[in-house]
Amino acid sequence: MSEWWSYTLSDFLMFSPRTYYRLLERHHAAVWPAHVAALGFGVTSLALLRRPTPARGRVISVMLAVLWAWVGWTFLWRRYGTINPAAAYGAPAFALEAALFLWLGTGPGRPRYEVSRGAAGGLGLALAVVGVALYPALAPLSGRPWRQAEVFGIAPDPTAIATLGLLVLASGRLRWELLAVPILWCSVSAATLWAMGAAEAIVPALAALLVVASAAMSGRTALALQRPPPEN
Amino acid sequence: MHDEPINRRAALGAIAAAAGAAALRPFETVAHATPAGPITRPIPSTGEELPVIGLGTWITFNVGDDAELRDECAAVMRAFFAAGGRLIDSSPMYGSAQPVIGYGLTRLGRPAALFAADKVWIGSGDRGPGQIEESRRQWGVRRFDLLQVHNLLAWEDHLATLLAMKEAGRLRHVGISTSEGRRHAEVEKIMASRPIVDFVQVTYNVLDREAERRILPLAQDRGIAVIANRPFRQGDLIRSVERHPLPAWSAEIGATSWAQVLLKFIISHPAVTCAIPATSQVAHVRENLGAATGPLPDAAMRRRMAAHVEAL
Repeated sequence: MSEWWSYTLSDFLMFSPRTYYRLLERHHAAVWPAHVAALGFGVTSLALLRRPTPARGRVISVMLAVLWAWVGWTFLWRRYGTINPAAAYGAPAFALEAALFLWLGTGPGRPRYEVSRGAAGGLGLALAVVGVALYPALAPLSGRPWRQAEVFGIAPDPTAIATLGLLVLASGRLRWELLAVPILWCSVSAATLWAMGAAEAIVPALAALLVVASAAMSGRTALALQRPPPEN
Repeated sequence: MHDEPINRRAALGAIAAAAGAAALRPFETVAHATPAGPITRPIPSTGEELPVIGLGTWITFNVGDDAELRDECAAVMRAFFAAGGRLIDSSPMYGSAQPVIGYGLTRLGRPAALFAADKVWIGSGDRGPGQIEESRRQWGVRRFDLLQVHNLLAWEDHLATLLAMKEAGRLRHVGISTSEGRRHAEVEKIMASRPIVDFVQVTYNVLDREAERRILPLAQDRGIAVIANRPFRQGDLIRSVERHPLPAWSAEIGATSWAQVLLKFIISHPAVTCAIPATSQVAHVRENLGAATGPLPDAAMRRRMAAHVEAL
């Protein structure tokens, strides 16, 4: 790209907000009643957090794998790609995330999703609840009808945010392999929404920032615990 | 590819001469007004008259497979042609804009007035012909009236392709495009070289007047038609000025809205052949075409207009 410094975010926005939100509306109509199953997956994930076991962790990972594959195929590849050719790159990334959840989330050493005490536990639970239950409310709060709301398991943003929350709750080391795609998606989506002039851009941006900060702090703590005590 | 190789010194000399000649030339306009239609200007290389307002499709026509929005785009095209418009400009970079144009043209029964302007935009010169053919298929036209090398991407290879297509009668005009003041030095070099391109597309509006310094005078001197893009800075300019009352002097140039004021400023420059505002609303396309009627500002009024908008 020549003279790259002269480009702004809005130079990369190639569709109008109206076209984008109508796309969401048409997507809802096309995939209904998949919302029921998606919401069921989301609520079940939250419920399974109450009594964490390895088996329950595997169920959450499998459900997330299904939803990432579903959203990548139905929304990014088949719908969003009609107005944004870059979505063609997003869809394989969503497929990769689905595969990673199946591989890392169900194999040996799989994460256990658990609401721990402390800031990380609070952050993880908050993001999971926002993604699963509260995110659709951004539509009416932004002056759009409910039928243009973004729903967990149907649209990518709430799916990515809830996934980030669940990964923050995952025990053991935070798996950057699983965090990379949702963080990247939240960043791209925040930039897109910002270029569209949508105030809700702050939500995916904040989610990505908080999770990166939380993961970085968690990594530092783990390193400190591994380090031998100083000799006097 | 070229009759003469591009020589930087020769190119700069030609640019300087053109700028000087334009400075000495009295402010004049070669616009023609027809009683029933919009003001037109001739394409210098062929003499074909083009209405000074065209239709851009960046963002507004990228509506995917949304049937309702596709119909709205077709309605915009219908209003555009009904008001005497001809040039529609697009690019493979504009998402689904090309098939949406094709849909609209089919709905309208392939209007004979259409001046189909598209671009080639791909990093590989070898893949240019394939992209052009795909674009032609999406528009549903027999051939393009104008093809431009978009943002000068791989311009040496694509320009050779376009010139060969024109030579073979598979294309009527050849051009280059850029936007927001990028790569103007290269644009000038290409304009000053041979064979001369028929069109150059640059950003030009009441606030972005960089093109006035060298490109517009060079276009006049070399007989190159000019398409002005981003007339409203993608809507930001309109939203900014519409907070202020329409100036009293707008009546002197026959403008009844800010959009018409801004467009009349652009098309009153004698080097500009056509401005290409994009819209998704029928009312706006009619308003835009309205700028191509009535009096155009003279040099003194143009200075006044620029000063007024800059001061807002």
